[in-house]
This record gives sequence, structure tokens and C-alpha cells, in this order.
Amino acid sequence: MNLNSTLYAQLVVFFILAWFTMKFVWPPIVKALDERAKKVADGLAAAERGRHDLELATRRSVEALREGKEKSAEVLAQAERRAAQIVEEAKTQAKVEADRIVAGGKAEAEQEILRAREALRDQVAALAVAGAEKILRREINAKVHADLLSAIKQDL
Amino acid sequence: MSTEAITEHGPTAGEYIVHHLTHLNSTGHAQESIVQFSILNFDTLFYSLLLGLLTVFILHRAARKATPGVPGRFQAAVEILVELVSNQAKDLIHPEESRRFVAPLALTVFIWIFLMNAMDLLPVDLLPRLWEGVFGAAGGDPRHAYMRVVPTADLNATLGMSIGVLLVCLWYNVKIKGIGGWVHELFSAPFGKHPLLAPINFLMQLIEFAAKTLSHGMRLFGNMYAGEIVFMLIALMGAAWTTGGGVSGPLLWIGQVVAGSIWAVFHILIITLQAFIFMMLTLVYVGQAHESH
Repeated sequence: MNLNSTLYAQLVVFFILAWFTMKFVWPPIVKALDERAKKVADGLAAAERGRHDLELATRRSVEALREGKEKSAEVLAQAERRAAQIVEEAKTQAKVEADRIVAGGKAEAEQEILRAREALRDQVAALAVAGAEKILRREINAKVHADLLSAIKQDL
Repeated sequence: MSTEAITEHGPTAGEYIVHHLTHLNSTGHAQESIVQFSILNFDTLFYSLLLGLLTVFILHRAARKATPGVPGRFQAAVEILVELVSNQAKDLIHPEESRRFVAPLALTVFIWIFLMNAMDLLPVDLLPRLWEGVFGAAGGDPRHAYMRVVPTADLNATLGMSIGVLLVCLWYNVKIKGIGGWVHELFSAPFGKHPLLAPINFLMQLIEFAAKTLSHGMRLFGNMYAGEIVFMLIALMGAAWTTGGGVSGPLLWIGQVVAGSIWAVFHILIITLQAFIFMMLTLVYVGQAHESH
């Protein structure tokens, strides 16, 4: 263990190496480490955000599904109601129509009856006149008894 | 491992160890006095520079390719080290601005010292023997081909670094507290503000700085130096079988393999731990420089 000028040389080398490391080695490595730490932190935050978003989306989708089901049930019920209403309306209309037709028929029939009765009356009157004529031809002058005959005709 | 070091006339165990503990320095022979600033240890300089460059090369490669995306294994490994140092620095040094220099310094020191310590795991005779070959081929006397490959087993290297840390500490003392504040602290801490206590306080502060720096450098040096010597002793044990003969010879060789393996495995812990301790103490001392008493 002898001391000599190697000591000074070592001292100088010591500082040169330390300076070099300080200048060219330490900053880039520490920078990389810090940046990576930041990256990892960002990544973790993003993952957390993603998980949160997923949760929200799931909740929203469940909500939408529920709403859809509700709406479809409502539409179905409405449709059923509407169908029943339509059937009901059709029924009513049909009844009215039928009634109208029946009434029309009835009225026509009555008209017909009336007309037939009129015709019958004319024919009966003519027949009666013809009969009476035959009878009266022998006894009565048709001209003389014309007002009598029309009075009879009126009564028929 | 060491058998090759024993030449025909074979150095004694003492000579072997002394040879291995002698630096390749600017004089070409062992340093005579304890402190001699006219001398440079070429081997320590060479290996510490080489490994220092390797350190910044590795780190720079990682830094150039660093991306905030998915890291590769190499990048991840460097990032683990950076995070380790950065977290320790955050605990010990509060101003962000100081950390911008001290944390990279601690990282460099950690990896650099780890690599320098790891030289201990190479077979003790491998590089010195190669150097002997080169030196001999160049016309030198192989017996004077000295080479020590573990820079942290050289007190110059470890004290150089710990003095570097001391300078950083002094710089931050002045920077954070101001010249006046720091001088005031030198004379008023740790015992309190009193004219009579001022010299004692100052003495204590000097002792504290000296003790921190010396223990910082000596701890690493001591560990690595001791580890190196144990490796040499284990190598000597194996080498003894050529001279021992009989039954003990092969047993000694097996002993070297077993002991060498155990010590090397244990040493993996030591080299890492010592590098970590040096780095931590660097941060602790610089952190202390930020605290006002």
C-alpha cells in the first residue's frame, strides 16, 4: 500500500466518468423510465375508463331492451284493441245495412201489395161491371145506371 | 493456476507474493517509500481506465437505445441499476438539483467499482503471466515483469475515489450553506456555539472529514487487497504439490480447486457488496453535506 500520483489520476478519471454519465447516460434513461411510467399510468387509466364505459353501455342496452319490450307489448295490445274495435264496427255496420235492406224490401213489398190491390180492385170492379153489365144488359141501360155503378166502384 | 509462476529455480512463497503485490509503475521496480508522488502505477491506471471506459460504454449503449416502450433485457438490467441508485439517492439527498449530478456519479462509481473488483475473479496468474511473456519477449527480465490487475486493491485508486467524494461533499457544503454558513458550522458543530468550544468543534470536524474519507477508501482497498492475497495463498497451496511430492501433492492440488472455488463464489458477494457500500456511502456523505447542524 504505497501512495503515489496514481491517486490524482484516479481522481481525475473519477470525475470525468461521473460527468460523462451525468451528461449522456442518466438523462435519457431516466427520461425513458419516466415516460414509461406515464404510459403505464395512462394505460391503466384508459383501461379503467373503458371498463366504466362498458358498464354504462351494458346498463344502457339493458334499459333499451326493456323499453323495446314494453313498447312492443303496448303496440300489441293497441293492435288487439283496434282489431276488436274494427270487428265491432263492421258488425254494427252490417246490422244497419241489413236492417236497411230488410226495410227497403218490406217497403217495396208493401208497395207491390198496394199496387196489386189497386190492380185487383180495378179488375174486380171491371169484373163486377162486366157481370153487372151482363145482368143489366138484360134489365138495365148501362148509361142510365152509370153513376150508380161508379158509386159501387168507389165502395170496393 | 499458479504452477506456471514457479520457474525452474522457483521463487519461494514469499517471493511469489511480493512479486504479485508489486505494481507496474513508472520506475520499473517496487516503490521504496510509502508516499512517493513522482511515481505512477501504470497497471492500476490501465485497468481502471479500461474498466471505466467499459462502464460508460455499457451505460451509454443502454442510454442511446432507451425507449419508453417495452425494454429489452439489457435495457431492463441497466434500468434496474438506475432505479436502484435513483431511489437511494432520493432517500438520502433531497434537493433535486444535487441529485442530477450525484446520482449519476453514484451509478458510475457502483458499476465501475464492481467491474474493477471483478478483476479479482480472474485467475491470479493469468494476466501477470501473459505480461511476463510480453515483457520477456520485449527483452525485459520476466522476473521484473510486475502487474496487478485489481485496481481497487491499490490504495491509490480507492483513496483517489474517496477523495473525489470528499471534494463533492465540500462543494455541496459550500453550495448549500454558503461559505459563511459552512465556516460557522465548522466551528459551532457538533458541540454547540461557544468561543471555548470552537477549536474543539473545528478539530472534530476535521477528524470527521478525514475519517470518513480514509475509511471510505480504506474499506474498499482492504477488502480487495485481502481477497487478492487469499487468492494468492490458495494458488500457493496448489503450487506446493510440485515441491511437496508424496500423497500430499495431489491433495494440495484438490485443495486449491476446492478452496479456490469456495473463495471465488464468496468473493462474488464481496465484490458486489463492496461496490454497493462504496456507492451508498458516497450518497450518504453527500447527503450529510446537505444537512445543517
